[in-house]
Amino acid sequence: MAALSSGVMAAAFHPAGTALPEFLQPAFMQRAVIAAILVGLAAPAIGIYLVQRRMALMGDGIGHVALLGVALGLLLHASPVWTAVVVATLGAIAIEVVRARGAASGDVALALLFYGGIAGGVVLIGLSDSGSNANLLSYLFGSLTTVAPGDLITIAILTLAVLAVTVGLSRALFAVCQDEEYARVAGLPVRALNLLLAISAAVTVTVAMQVVGVLLISALMVVPVATAQQVTRGFRATLWLAILLGVAYAVSGVTFSYYADTASGASIVLLAIAGFALVTILTAVVRRGRAPETEIYEDEVAVGLAEGQA
Amino acid sequence: MGRLDIDRPDQKAGRPPGAAESSTTSNGPAPARSTALARSERAAATVAELDSAVVVLGGRVVLRRVSAEVEEGEVVAVLGANGSGKSTLVRALIGLVPLRDGEARLYGRPLPQFKEWRRIGYVPQRTTAAAGVPATVREVVTSGRLAYTGVLGRLGKRDRIAIDDALATVGLSDRARDSVARLSGGQQQRVLIARALAARPDLLILDEPMAGVDLANQRALADTLAVLHADGTTILLVLHELGPLAPLIDRAVVLRDGRVVHDGAPPPAIGHHADPAHDHVHPHAPGEEPGWLR
Repeated sequence: MAALSSGVMAAAFHPAGTALPEFLQPAFMQRAVIAAILVGLAAPAIGIYLVQRRMALMGDGIGHVALLGVALGLLLHASPVWTAVVVATLGAIAIEVVRARGAASGDVALALLFYGGIAGGVVLIGLSDSGSNANLLSYLFGSLTTVAPGDLITIAILTLAVLAVTVGLSRALFAVCQDEEYARVAGLPVRALNLLLAISAAVTVTVAMQVVGVLLISALMVVPVATAQQVTRGFRATLWLAILLGVAYAVSGVTFSYYADTASGASIVLLAIAGFALVTILTAVVRRGRAPETEIYEDEVAVGLAEGQA
Repeated sequence: MGRLDIDRPDQKAGRPPGAAESSTTSNGPAPARSTALARSERAAATVAELDSAVVVLGGRVVLRRVSAEVEEGEVVAVLGANGSGKSTLVRALIGLVPLRDGEARLYGRPLPQFKEWRRIGYVPQRTTAAAGVPATVREVVTSGRLAYTGVLGRLGKRDRIAIDDALATVGLSDRARDSVARLSGGQQQRVLIARALAARPDLLILDEPMAGVDLANQRALADTLAVLHADGTTILLVLHELGPLAPLIDRAVVLRDGRVVHDGAPPPAIGHHADPAHDHVHPHAPGEEPGWLR
């Protein structure tokens, strides 16, 4: 990992460098790998809160809505990243409002929003000048070539913002997602924190959209968390391990996708699920040989990571 | 007494039209408690107060002009059958359910203006302290310090001492690094109490702390509450039955169908158990005898 990321940094600053591995020679791959690292950092950092409050599929819903934003960008010849940020944020706020009300009809309202978003997106992309099926597929399932040079700065800034919220405010967000009523009685600004979380989730979807694709983003938010929590006992430990796994899955998936010529998002998600399965089996084997008390074993963590990089 | 006009100055401000009609037609007047008088006489001592509170949830009237108060240093139990509104009473008191009419006050301040939330320790009714992601006992208890540190603040030495003390008070110091999901129901209830205690509250509010808790843990909880009471903490509990807590309770507020039907000395257990609405699904404390009362 360390060697890989320092190689990427070198690539970013010395594009003519000769010591790069073969898959990092093309400029688009350098951008894709940097974007993958950023996505790997941001997605699990927001995903852990969604899993904590048992709303693991919220990222999926925002992804659906984000496609409408992409389509608007293509139609208006604006940057799809920024139009997606705006539309996904509006969608996330709408989802949060429905969630906070807790109405029984909320399910149906969310379904209308999600499918309206994706259907609108597909129709509008079809109407736009650049509305090819290839273009649509790359936004749905991720592609190595969609990250434009200008996008990289945007993605980096948005990732920093997401990490500032998810890591910087982790104690308050933990309290709200663990027990919202308690947080209210403790005097926390619960509504503001919920909105901040929803907006951060929308921004993460947009950051991840090009490399992972709007239909698969949710997996990178959720699967590293689900993997990490099998070997951890605490929230902080789960957060850091999930971020580590997220970066490992994203970078290895992009690399695999380059050699195998597959959609990058699908490759990342398959690797993540393979990692989840491996850790599940390993922990089951380890637990059988031990007392019911579980510990965080360094070797299990290492195995999980190595799998992710394979 | 003219309470409707005089005692609720903010009545015009926030109440939806038609609320008064719907609540009075379904309820009739509640046992009157003049709050203007009460405030002047006992303002310093009353820590929590509901005044003619009407709560409507999902179209059903849950509290019908309920007035009740808790004095400083008291241990007050809210009793009643399932659906009597006892849980809603304490939730209305801390702003978790909106009032259709009436007013809730904490430390003499109407709820919207009350800001000293660190003085309130709330233990919600929960079957588990765990959520979708693992959390250690200490992480959950640390949430209790947010009322002091705020959203952005860092944990200082005082915070860590308060967390250690709270864990010691509930007897879970040795489990601090364990995942809450691995603890028993009674231990998880103690984690939630420790979280509330970490803020060193003046008023501790517990919603059915004995639900799903075995007898040994019920006794441990009763001991913890006795220690807090001796230290001067005011305690308000929602209970299904008095159980091992009986010796501790100063006063009981008994609800039936959203109305206060008793406010005074704790009722004898025999009467409570003779209530046809009372369902016998809980373990009985061996020492539960009706003779201690009055």
